[in-house]
Amino acid sequence: METDTSIVIRLAGDSGDGVQLVGEQLTITAALTGRDVRTLPDFPAEIRAPQGTIAGVSGFQLAMSEKPIFTAGERLDVLVALNPAALKTSLAHLNQLGLLIINQDNMQPKDFEKAGMKLDDYQNLIESYQILSLPLITLTLKAVEGVKISHAQAKKAKNFYILGVIIWLFDLSLEACKALLIQKFKKQPEIQLANEKALIAGYNYAMTLELSRSQFQLGTLQRKPGKYRQLHGLEAVGLALATLSTRTNIPLLVSGYPITPASGILQECAKLTEYGVSLFQAEDEIAAICSAIGAAFGGCLAMACTSGPGLDLKSEGLGLAVVSELPLVLIDVQRAGASTGMPTKTSQSDLMLALYGRHGESPLPVIAANSPIDCFYTLIEAFKIAIEFMTPVIVLLDAYLANAAEPWNIPDPETIKIPDINYNRFIHPYERDEKFSRSWNRPGSPDFIHHLGGLEKQGKEGRVSYDPLNHQEMITLRAKKISNIACIYDPLCIEGHVEAETLVIGWGSTYGSLKSALNLCESQGVKLAHLQLRYLNPLPQDLEGILKRYRRIFVAELNTGHLCQLLRATYLVNAELISQCTGQPFSTRFLVETILSRLQNETLST
Amino acid sequence: MKPYRREDFTHSNEVRWCPGCGDYAILAALQKVLPDLGLAPHEHVFISGIGCAGRLPYYMNTYGFHTIHGRAPAVATGLKAMRDDLCVWVITGDGDALSIGGNHLIHCLRRNVNVKILLINNQVYGLTKGQFSPTSPVGQITKTSPLGVHTEPINPLQLALASKASFVARGVDKDPVHLGQLIKAAYEHEGCAIIEIYQDCNIFNHGAFDAFSLKNNRSEHTVLLEQHKPLVFGKEGQYALVPDAMGMSKVSKEEGQYLHDSSHLLNAMKLAALQFPDYPVPLGLFYKINRPVFNLTTKRTKSTSDLVDLYASRASWLEN
Repeated sequence: METDTSIVIRLAGDSGDGVQLVGEQLTITAALTGRDVRTLPDFPAEIRAPQGTIAGVSGFQLAMSEKPIFTAGERLDVLVALNPAALKTSLAHLNQLGLLIINQDNMQPKDFEKAGMKLDDYQNLIESYQILSLPLITLTLKAVEGVKISHAQAKKAKNFYILGVIIWLFDLSLEACKALLIQKFKKQPEIQLANEKALIAGYNYAMTLELSRSQFQLGTLQRKPGKYRQLHGLEAVGLALATLSTRTNIPLLVSGYPITPASGILQECAKLTEYGVSLFQAEDEIAAICSAIGAAFGGCLAMACTSGPGLDLKSEGLGLAVVSELPLVLIDVQRAGASTGMPTKTSQSDLMLALYGRHGESPLPVIAANSPIDCFYTLIEAFKIAIEFMTPVIVLLDAYLANAAEPWNIPDPETIKIPDINYNRFIHPYERDEKFSRSWNRPGSPDFIHHLGGLEKQGKEGRVSYDPLNHQEMITLRAKKISNIACIYDPLCIEGHVEAETLVIGWGSTYGSLKSALNLCESQGVKLAHLQLRYLNPLPQDLEGILKRYRRIFVAELNTGHLCQLLRATYLVNAELISQCTGQPFSTRFLVETILSRLQNETLST
Repeated sequence: MKPYRREDFTHSNEVRWCPGCGDYAILAALQKVLPDLGLAPHEHVFISGIGCAGRLPYYMNTYGFHTIHGRAPAVATGLKAMRDDLCVWVITGDGDALSIGGNHLIHCLRRNVNVKILLINNQVYGLTKGQFSPTSPVGQITKTSPLGVHTEPINPLQLALASKASFVARGVDKDPVHLGQLIKAAYEHEGCAIIEIYQDCNIFNHGAFDAFSLKNNRSEHTVLLEQHKPLVFGKEGQYALVPDAMGMSKVSKEEGQYLHDSSHLLNAMKLAALQFPDYPVPLGLFYKINRPVFNLTTKRTKSTSDLVDLYASRASWLEN
């Protein structure tokens, strides 16, 4: 189902095996050899589970292509399994006749036992694949003979041996890979030498095997000149925060309580103190949002980050930020629920909670990033909205987006549009500009003493009020302020075939899967228009006109129909849901089959 | 002449507590002492949670934030940690601080956030009209405990000491002069200060503290904690407290050789554990130490030109 021009490889081994490091080296080597790359590290839920067990498998998946690609792929062309447990968890994803590379040294009866597998099962299974079974440890130890390192360190070089094999197989640049390795281990010359020897030995070994590699040969893609790096969603968040604080010269507080998969943001931010980013690891989810509210009251940039269960707990705090009209950003890295659910698995099932999950009438803007790189720009935009409209903003990311990575053409930081910040615009805190945005009056300023609070407000001073008419006015005013944010959006951009009869709508991280799926539909002669929404509240003003232009509308989302219901209720259109709740990103195959069969059924029935 | 007067700290908002409420005396003590601290009104911020006491910021002519139930210490932590130039006060009550907000209180004390917490304890839920609180003593009849409270109350000062609070004191609404002194000492302390203030809710728990807090009862039933002075009590000051292996013993004044030492954690614990009417009620500064203060302000050393290096900090490559 994948396009012919893309190759997907997964490296799987024990969580202590260094799979992620080798995956990164392979990715950059592929990028340097002129491939487009998308990656997805798939880490185990149990950190350092017993060696060799299923729970302890760590994986790294890379898709590469000579054409632009949008996901890290689903079906594997090549699987590198460093032990039986890795084999067991990943083999189902390997294409028929795909290449299976296994470490013979770790395929002993006791290894199969640990993985809960029978040797016979394995022997039956592997008939459907091309097998490259090599005594990896033996070969590696031989390759690094004479290097002054311990036996354990010598064994670790096996990853680079495998890397050498893959580099040859995919016809990637050995020189580029070597240069990266030398740079990476420059402080440990002996390990550097061992890894380099293993890499070259692996490369030469593959060459002498006379394997067929024609199916892995790709052309090259011409990227715009410039400096590039692989960027994960969570790294993108950290870089955006450093940019915001540095460019505005205003301290930025990031508050959070460790929760999977959002904790990575806290770790990224811990490295950014020199850029004006302060990290507060709060005692709980509620304290995280409340401390951000305190910092925002103090005139600082403020952000909190969490995942589903934490968003539940932050509802009351968000309500306070809505009524006190303080600017802050809350990131929800969505994961599969309900309750604890599947913490490392992805989902889009918090949309309704983000939109409506507060008591009273408590509207706030909700936006979603559609790719790892887009996390950077979405965060900056979220702060811009928060400050311009004096409101909390929810940014929806998800577990997939947090961990997936793609090449980023590193921008000039001067060119990034950052929010304008003006304190004390009016003498009274609730005096408003033409956008209904109130004045951010900074404590410590002599003439701007004021009181904020969660009680209903009246007048420019924000006096406490129980007046019925005033309450009606304030409800209307807060709603109008938020709905006005749509005025600053860029016009919606429809991709694919704008003139098609059917529009497929997605939001957030499903952009890549939908784009791949729609390309495949096109290759089968079915033309579709594609709209990926980033603004979930308020919805864009030009959305209604677009919806009315299409005869059929599919809404594809990783939940039971949150956006679909919203569009149906808001615009009275017959939006049809395509839903997947597996904890995984959309399966391209599933999308294509669903879309095609629905379109076909209609043709048959008419 | 003082640079500020009481009126400078008094807001024009009409005070709306029940007539006779102990909060009036606490508000007055605050407004009276603030001019002595030397900061201008705009340098103070009062942050409160929910409850009768939560209204206090509206009556202060300072910056104020009436937040949500139990969360004032968390909001104050975010503010003070990022804005060390401001003097931040937390106004809270027994339900706010010790029930719904217990977690924030202990962590605020543990971190030693440089805020001043006034925990106004009336042993009842007043704003919601008369339910028992986490400090209500066993047997107290309230609307939700018609047969009497049957659970043990929290001792706020024991909790504070166990949370490694660096300044722990107790005052009463009926002695605003002494309360004012404690507030001033809390302000001068470098670190998180907590003052438990016994306050009379004259509607739902009237007279709960009268037996020791009324002026006429104070000398007999309270011990004023003064640094390096004996722990004297009794109508004529004829008794004293001395620490022993189990806690504190009541002895005659002559035997009361122990001098109060607010740096002595174990003796502070023993004082905090004393229960009226078996023992007199200690009022004043129980404990004070200096230890590192929590702060999140960062030293910015990087500028926009450094962002390029940060962006490329992970392995990067050039395309020509």
